Amino acid sequence: MSAKRIAVIDYEMGNLRSVCAALSRLGAEPAVTADPAELGRADAVVLPGVGAFGDAARALAARELTDVVRRTAADAAAGTGRPFLGICLGLQLLFATSEEAPGVEGLGVLPGAVMHFPERTPEGSVLKVPHMGWNEVEVAFTNPLTAGLSGGERFYFVHSFYAAPECKEDAALACEYGGVRFAAMAARGRLFATQFHPEKSQARGLALLEAFLNLV
Amino acid sequence: MLAKRIIPCLDVKGGRVVKGVNFLGLRDAGDPAECAARYDAEGADEITFLDITATLEARRTIIDIVKRTAARVFCPLTVGGGIKTLEQVKDLLRAGADKVSINTAAVFDPDFVSRASARFGAQCIVVAVDVKRRPGGDGAGWEVFTHSGTRPTGLDMLEWCGEVVRRGAGEILLTSMDRDGTKGGYDLAALRAVSESVGVPVIASGGAGSLEHLREALVEGRADAALAASIFHYGQHTVREAKEFLAAGGVTVRVDR
Repeated sequence: MSAKRIAVIDYEMGNLRSVCAALSRLGAEPAVTADPAELGRADAVVLPGVGAFGDAARALAARELTDVVRRTAADAAAGTGRPFLGICLGLQLLFATSEEAPGVEGLGVLPGAVMHFPERTPEGSVLKVPHMGWNEVEVAFTNPLTAGLSGGERFYFVHSFYAAPECKEDAALACEYGGVRFAAMAARGRLFATQFHPEKSQARGLALLEAFLNLV
Repeated sequence: MLAKRIIPCLDVKGGRVVKGVNFLGLRDAGDPAECAARYDAEGADEITFLDITATLEARRTIIDIVKRTAARVFCPLTVGGGIKTLEQVKDLLRAGADKVSINTAAVFDPDFVSRASARFGAQCIVVAVDVKRRPGGDGAGWEVFTHSGTRPTGLDMLEWCGEVVRRGAGEILLTSMDRDGTKGGYDLAALRAVSESVGVPVIASGGAGSLEHLREALVEGRADAALAASIFHYGQHTVREAKEFLAAGGVTVRVDR
């Protein structure tokens, strides 16, 4: 059997090498690409991303990737398409809007909004933003990627904005920071997206990526 | 609850680890990628490379080291030392670094912090601030220094930290040059002052000589992370032992079972 071919969408937003290294370690064959045809041929698609929502939405548009990525993600969400994984900003882009870039359209595959963390905690002290480091997740809805988790596991987060899905069933993993409970993983059908970085979350992160590859 | 982070730091010169790292069983104990892999296996929350040779040739060497490290280490990696241009930041991030740490260049060209943050995002821009106490006790404050603590800048620590955060630093790495290398513990008053005045995470650096020093930095100093070099390098303690010590002391850390 040949290696699973995973398209890693290249729109020059972030550290693609780490995602590819993790996928290679797990025996898959990552292909960094901005070519819609290559996206179409892959067994699964990963949308990574670090940086700003507005820049990322514009970068996808500039490479004429917006429609194909939206369609691929929507098919995955419908349960019919190939597995799709968004990471960090790649999760936030699945929603329609972000407070980070008012007026800029995201992919709008999942209903909900992306918001900024508050400046203060409920106790009134200054909240450190970005939310940076290893935080615990809570399993809200079980899916093939969360099946190995019992809650309390830590993953590596680094972000200043968070997603608040409208349908609570979309928020598969929850995390809490500064009094805000947000989606650590959004999922629907074969669409998955993590706010944390599985490729930077050591063994637990690799296990989650492996569960994703097992869907192919 | 978000865990406090423990960050081993490797000083790299000409592509090799300096300060003789004392790991048993490593094929090449002077190879930064091998050392990083060991720290990763011990459960380090992040790893930092500080490149202390800033020649052109060494810059290419560090890119290669970052690439080799990113291929086998799946935890966050920060690289600092001699970073002055957006091109260098881009090359390091593309090679697999998650963050870069900017020190002297920020002092000489504060706008560099703004440009780097606008282009790559605040989450990957760490500003390293080296400070010394002003004569006259805690009330007199601290002054920012460059060039390994040899050149005073006239900048006040709190004002400078406020400025770099306004310019888009996503994190501050605060090193006490009075304590660096002494193993006498971190400068807790400086840490607390910065941590309480800025809205970004603060990493404590300079002075760790024992596990208790790490605890002090995270609790009394209110730092979000503690960076240490020698207590880990010489086999005095493993990262895992540090985590277990901190957890027993009531500090929230990541201890994977």
